Amino acid sequence: MKITRKEFLRLAAAGWVVVSGRHLLALLDSPDKGSTAEGTAASPRKRWGMVIDTKKCRKDEGCTSCEEACDKAHNIPAFKNPAHEIEWIWREPFRKVFSADQTPYMEESLLDLPTLVLCNHCDNPPCVRVCPTGATWKREEDGVVMMDWHRCIGCRYCMAACPYGSRSFNWEDPRPAIRELNPGFPTRTKGVVEKCTFCTERLAKGQAPACVEACPEKSMTFGDLINPLSEVRQILGSRYVLRRKPELGTGPNVYYLI
Amino acid sequence: MRERLWIGAGLALFVILVTYPVWHALQAHSSTKGPNLVFPAREKECVAPTSFMKTSHMKLLVDWRESVVRNDRHTYVAFNGKTYDMSLTGTCLRCHDKRQFCDRCHTYAGIETPFCWDCHVDPSLAQRSVP
Repeated sequence: MKITRKEFLRLAAAGWVVVSGRHLLALLDSPDKGSTAEGTAASPRKRWGMVIDTKKCRKDEGCTSCEEACDKAHNIPAFKNPAHEIEWIWREPFRKVFSADQTPYMEESLLDLPTLVLCNHCDNPPCVRVCPTGATWKREEDGVVMMDWHRCIGCRYCMAACPYGSRSFNWEDPRPAIRELNPGFPTRTKGVVEKCTFCTERLAKGQAPACVEACPEKSMTFGDLINPLSEVRQILGSRYVLRRKPELGTGPNVYYLI
Repeated sequence: MRERLWIGAGLALFVILVTYPVWHALQAHSSTKGPNLVFPAREKECVAPTSFMKTSHMKLLVDWRESVVRNDRHTYVAFNGKTYDMSLTGTCLRCHDKRQFCDRCHTYAGIETPFCWDCHVDPSLAQRSVP
C-alpha cells in the first residue's frame, strides 16, 4: 500500500484533532472532580489552635501553673545559666510580644505586663522550610508543627528562622538538670533543639495540652479552628483578638484576647 | 641430649602461652553461656515471637518510632491479634527491666548500649530527683 504525502498529512491532522479533542473534553468535564480530589487530599481534618485571655492570665500575678505543668510533662531542664534556658511556654513583657501593636502614649505599666508565649504552630512555618533534615514538619492532619528529636542535628537554622523565638537549644546535657524525671516522656540530649508540640502525646489520647488543663483561671482555650462550633471559634467570632506578628505571613494559630 | 631441657622448657612455654586465654577465662569465672534472662511473670508472650524479637527487635523499635512520631499512629496490632501501645518505656519496660534484660544481653554480645537511653527514661531511674 502506497501513501501519498498529502494523505499522510491529512491523516496526521485528523489524528491530532481526535486526541486533542478528547483531552479538551476531559478538561472541561473535570473541574469539580479535580478540585474535590485535591480538596480532600490537601484540606486538613483539624487545625489546632489556642486562644489566650491575657486578662484572666494576669489575675494571679505569681502564678506559674502552666509552665510547671509543661516542665513536668516534658522533662524540661532547669539550667542554672539563663542563656541556656529551655522554654516551651513562658512569659515576655507585652511590649516585646506585640511590638507592632503598640500605640503612642500607652501606659508604661501595661507595656511591661507579662504575656504568655509559646510556639504559634504557624500555617506557614518558617522553621519547617529551613530544617535540612526534616526533623521538624507541619502535620497535615491537624496543623501541629511537630519535632522528631531523633532526626535533629542541632544546626539551629530553625531557631534563626522562627520570628517568635519559640525554640530552645540544649547547650548542655539536660538530664542532670531535670527536677522530676517523668518516665512517660523522653528527655532530649545535648545538641538538640526543642519546642512546644501542643502536647501531641496528650492529643493522641484525646486530652487537652498540659498547660491548658493546669491553668486555674482557665485563661487558655484550645480547640479545632476549622470546626465553627468549637469553643475557640466561638471566641474568635465574638471578640477582637491579636496574633503575634501576623504581618510576616507565618499564619500563627495562637490568638490573644487583650 | 643436652638440648632436651631447652626444648622441653620451650614447649611448655609455648603450650602455656597458647592456652593462656583458657586459663584466664577459667580464673575470671567467665563462660560462653549467654545470660540467664528473667522473663516477665505476668505476660506469656511478647509483642512478636521470641525468635523474631531476638534478631529484629531493633527494626521493630524503629518502625514503632516512625509510626508514633512521624505518622501519629500509636497502636500496634501484634501477630496474635493483641493490641499494644507503641511505647518503649510504656510497653517494653512494663515487662522487661532495662538493666536485667536489655543491658545484660547487650553486654554479653559486646554491643554498645544503644542511644535509645540517652533520651528515653528507664522508669527505675525516675525515682531520683535533683535538688
